[in-house]
Amino acid sequence: MKGGGLRAYAIAYLLFLYAPILLLPVFAFNSGTIIAFPLKEFTTQWFAQMAENASLRRALLNSLTIAVCSSVFATCLGIFAARASTRFAFPAKGPIMGLIMLPLVLPEIIVSISLLVVLLSVGVKLSILTVMLGHTLICMPYATVILSTAFNSLDRSLEEAAYDLGETRWSAFRLVILPLVMPGIISSLLMSFTISLDEFIIAFFLAGNEPTLPTYIFSQLRFPKQIPMIMALGTVLVVMSILLLSVAEYFRRRGIAKTGAKDTGGFL
Amino acid sequence: MSQSQKTTAAHRAAMAGAKPMIECRQVQKYYGDYHALRGIDLTIRAGEFFSLLGPSGCGKTTLLRTIAGFEDISSGVVLIDGQDMEGVPANRRPTNMVFQSYAIFPHLTVAENVGFGLRRDPRSKAEKAAAVEEALAMVGLKGYGARASHALSGGQRQRVALARALILKPKVLLLDEPLSALDRKMREQMQVELIKLQRQVGITFVLVTHDQEEALVMSDRIAVMFEGQIAQLDGPEALYARPTSRRVANFIGVMNFLPTRVLGETLSGVEVEVPGLGRVEIPAANVSHADPGDDGPSVGFRPEAVSLVSAGAPGQARVAEGVVDEVVYYGDMTYYDVRLDGSAGFDGQARPVRIAMRNVFGREVQDVGTRANVSWSPGSLVLFR
Repeated sequence: MKGGGLRAYAIAYLLFLYAPILLLPVFAFNSGTIIAFPLKEFTTQWFAQMAENASLRRALLNSLTIAVCSSVFATCLGIFAARASTRFAFPAKGPIMGLIMLPLVLPEIIVSISLLVVLLSVGVKLSILTVMLGHTLICMPYATVILSTAFNSLDRSLEEAAYDLGETRWSAFRLVILPLVMPGIISSLLMSFTISLDEFIIAFFLAGNEPTLPTYIFSQLRFPKQIPMIMALGTVLVVMSILLLSVAEYFRRRGIAKTGAKDTGGFL
Repeated sequence: MSQSQKTTAAHRAAMAGAKPMIECRQVQKYYGDYHALRGIDLTIRAGEFFSLLGPSGCGKTTLLRTIAGFEDISSGVVLIDGQDMEGVPANRRPTNMVFQSYAIFPHLTVAENVGFGLRRDPRSKAEKAAAVEEALAMVGLKGYGARASHALSGGQRQRVALARALILKPKVLLLDEPLSALDRKMREQMQVELIKLQRQVGITFVLVTHDQEEALVMSDRIAVMFEGQIAQLDGPEALYARPTSRRVANFIGVMNFLPTRVLGETLSGVEVEVPGLGRVEIPAANVSHADPGDDGPSVGFRPEAVSLVSAGAPGQARVAEGVVDEVVYYGDMTYYDVRLDGSAGFDGQARPVRIAMRNVFGREVQDVGTRANVSWSPGSLVLFR
């Protein structure tokens, strides 16, 4: 058959990517404590156990707080950087934009250790605030790239037209530019949120005694008893991720349809 | 037809008495080392349809944007309706702009676009809606208010941009190459509509264009710009018939140039010798002192200012003989390149002249290589010395 080889390759590729994730719910609803086939009975006890686990709830709350805050921070800073780089000329623009993008290529462990050293030496107490700081730093390059694309695709005379029609610089930005870059802002928030939520190294170094979801999961892997509950947690996270992406993509596409812009591709 | 009405002598005489709306005095603009505007002196009258015409990079758009307030001037004065615009930002100037890209807000409906400038207007919602509807009707888009603006065609976007600017009743409407994005048919239609609209609202229009035909069709007066300076400011006919420099002559349409020797001044003009045409007295009105160019003095004439005639045809016009070098057939017109006898003048270089003939019924298109008689008159020559 024509293309048979390619088809087999595609199937193998998808299996490799998604089979492990598909196993999560399988074991999450399996009553056996050992992660192995054959399966035992159907159960929801791991989900109940998860819901009752106070330190897990705390880790989840920490992670969500960090992810929401750092994605908002990174996106706000990204808006400033993207607008500056697309709209204005200033001295040393190239190097400055380069520095903003640098965390993208720096090894995260180096970033976290340097941050740890600096924070400790100036006497800052480690908490979820310090993790937020680190996550904002590593999310900034993604936010800046996404938002620069959004700002760049705007016709500069749109803003001038609004200004010409009597608006101030700020109201022209608010009434014309902001609505038009909204799909980019949503993408940036989502990207930063996802990066922050599953980030391990910075959270591990900078969280002090506070657990985040990844560090909590890592710590529980030592206890085989806990593994089915981790599977249940993983299942919940996968479902939540898919829901979140779908909702964000829905709003992004609606925004694009409303302005008649060309869809340049989102996450889905 | 509106175009011919537009350029009547009566209309222009009325215009000449109008008060100044825009005055530029020694306006200079630098971008770093680049000298974009080199001392612009310009008065645009109230109610005038004025065009800034020039090749790209000549500073015409920069000048428009300094009038709009988008660019600061390096030195000089810009007055609008007698008010110094120094320090007055674009959002508080009595000007509105139609952008080259139209800059229609894609996330708003047609009505929201047109009503955008009324946001700070104290009138009631119903009154504003009525104003929007009226503005839409004025540009021929009645009933389009609820449409999504991104679904409009180029011509419709242009109309929305016009309505959006005119609803604020500015003293001056600035148009930055507004027709360049339209196809030829649409462009010609919009030219006529813009002229009608301008006379209907009576607002001063300042148009920036690189299209000489567009400027000639629409304007009361035209400023031709090269390299940040105004080369000539005149009405369309004067600009076409009596350009003051070879550069302007070349930019506006086609002009033939023949090298010339100046023999002397007479009471009513200048006597010259032109290889191929002989001794001619050029009327004083047709003598330009501005720009002889590198080749020394020359006479110029438009391709349609002369004509091919059959040998021995009667008439007072003078006739020069030559050979048809090239024939370009355009359907309604035929262009002949004719090498005049003896035109290989002082430097021995032959310069065929281009002659445009309307293809009227019964007149045969001549062949390459045939002898031709060119009928001309001294009044259609312009001397650049």
